[in-house]
Amino acid sequence: MSVADTSHDVETALVDAADDGIDFDGLVVEPSEDGYHWETPDEQATLGEDGLRERADGAYATNWYYWEHVVAGHDTPRRAFLRWLEGADDHAVPERYDALRGGHTRSWGELAVTAVLSEGGRRRYEVRHEDDLGEDVDAYTDPLEARHLVKHDDEGRYRPLSTAPSLPHGWAFVDLDGSDLVQTVDYVYPATVSNWHREREGDLDIDHWDDVADRQTGIYSIVEQLDDDALEWAAEACCVDSQCLKRREWDENDEEELDVPRGDGEFPCREPCSLFVAAARKFTTLEREESREYTFELTPAEKEQVEDIVDAVADGRTDEIREADVYEGANRYRARFLRAKRMDEHGLSGTPTYPEDHEDDHDEDGHGDDHDDHDEE
Amino acid sequence: MQALVIVGHGSHLNPGSSDPAFTHADTIRATGAFDEVREAFWKEEPSFREVLRTLESEEVFVVPLFISEGYFTEQVIPRELRLDDWDPEDWDSDGTDADHVTVRATDVDKTVHYCGPVGTHDSMSDVIVERAKSITDGPEVGDGFGLAVVGHGTERNENSAKAIHYHADRISDTGRFEEVKAVFMDEDPEVDDVTEFFEAEDIVVVPLFVADGFHTQEDIPEDMGLTDDYRKGYDVPSEVDGHRIWYSGAVGTEPLVADVILERADEAGADLADAIERVRQQTENDGAASAGD
Repeated sequence: MSVADTSHDVETALVDAADDGIDFDGLVVEPSEDGYHWETPDEQATLGEDGLRERADGAYATNWYYWEHVVAGHDTPRRAFLRWLEGADDHAVPERYDALRGGHTRSWGELAVTAVLSEGGRRRYEVRHEDDLGEDVDAYTDPLEARHLVKHDDEGRYRPLSTAPSLPHGWAFVDLDGSDLVQTVDYVYPATVSNWHREREGDLDIDHWDDVADRQTGIYSIVEQLDDDALEWAAEACCVDSQCLKRREWDENDEEELDVPRGDGEFPCREPCSLFVAAARKFTTLEREESREYTFELTPAEKEQVEDIVDAVADGRTDEIREADVYEGANRYRARFLRAKRMDEHGLSGTPTYPEDHEDDHDEDGHGDDHDDHDEE
Repeated sequence: MQALVIVGHGSHLNPGSSDPAFTHADTIRATGAFDEVREAFWKEEPSFREVLRTLESEEVFVVPLFISEGYFTEQVIPRELRLDDWDPEDWDSDGTDADHVTVRATDVDKTVHYCGPVGTHDSMSDVIVERAKSITDGPEVGDGFGLAVVGHGTERNENSAKAIHYHADRISDTGRFEEVKAVFMDEDPEVDDVTEFFEAEDIVVVPLFVADGFHTQEDIPEDMGLTDDYRKGYDVPSEVDGHRIWYSGAVGTEPLVADVILERADEAGADLADAIERVRQQTENDGAASAGD
């Protein structure tokens, strides 16, 4: 659409709407005895229809047209998100236009979302990984492409949790209109815009753990047996900012809050997700076992090394530990040395996991993992 | 405005599990028949819990991309979508003839037309035949060919096997193939012995599964003896016990499945104009183009 077309559209819409009055983002237009009363924070005037047409390419008129005729969708998450992007409720139109001319960027999870002023007050949008701001990356314009782009992380590993902080780099969606922008964001972080909007409207429906566990059937019905401590550990394992960018708003129930930090994310988590429930099922079966006493022989350095290895796996750092960095406890050669020295067919320090089985020397395979992890019901 | 939501199982482990839902959604999107088309999953996002709130449409058609009626279509999906007024009795189904029910979801101000699963719709029989055509690269396939429709078998409910028998019987009744049999992974007659059940030298084997995964890519090819190790791959056709086995992989990836989804929405009252006809033409062309790949 050309500048002339857009300008004509604004003119026509302004004249059409003036008789019913306009009161939007600092622009007031009302019918008066001598024509129309026109008011902005910068100007008050009485105008005829020609005067309205003359002002149709000004910031207040084009801003009104963009929000009321292009975006429309009052009360939708889409509109609320687009307004939030440019701080529409906090800044006057000329100030916003100044910011938008050079592109105004906000973050959403790991996304950087940029709004730019286009012809006739229209906005165009871009979205990319925040680390890729200013980088030359592959450009896309079809929101549907996002589904495939974000399915794997930079190392090619499948991302079953869309809000894990492992968004891949190297792409940008450019020259999007508002609807396509929101659709793109929704493919990267599904339902986050809708739930964020509900929260802002005071309407977020939070389902706490007790309700979610109670609702489960089939193989997941056992998760209601997860005890309070284990629920805390599970949230600490899965829900903190290093693992998920949603801000946890659910707790054990209405009265019992979890101690684990909720996170600082822009968008809320309104109930334990399917990944959490699936992990909780495994935690529930693991927690059925009683603790035992084992006697191991380890040097102090070996004990610390075991702790280093657990930390490295838990923090997802194993890929960062260099092959020859034998000063790291979780280094591969260090771990292999420990295994060669301290583990045999009975495991750590030659101590059988189930000593009673070995006293009778039978039923070696009587215990072990339940191999139901691939049963995804 | 009207929206279509395709609900599938998805997976925490297998990234390809959601591909058929995405592909069929794209085919339907391209018709422009719906203002919005969205995919939702039990194991991926958006979840069944949160998909309805991502839509601006007031009228939503929900079609389960599942093979059989039962645990998922009768319990999990309605519960998670918050279709509190829904009762399995409303489908009045004997296990293979669920159609659609109109209900409200309790967390959004929308009318939801909850449809029966793709797998038990009559036109799924056409998709199985289409699959047989594309895998044999033979539009006329039938004469001299046997057809085995493979199901999982002993799952949570008896309807799982019913869907397999239903389509096998329907296709058998057309007389197109020399023989048509229902076979299963976990119950008799077992897919392992598929060559014993057919006189015909050529047997097309079509698993009635939504997506390719462990079962269709690893278990079934090994069980039938197409390969001793799925990682080595197998030929189509493969020679086994004096028969030629034309193994097609999951039927759910066949482009014509988009048509079945549209048929479900159409029967539930969606305003589709000529979308069904256009999708049929397009997917049959796609199927022909991809045959022999």
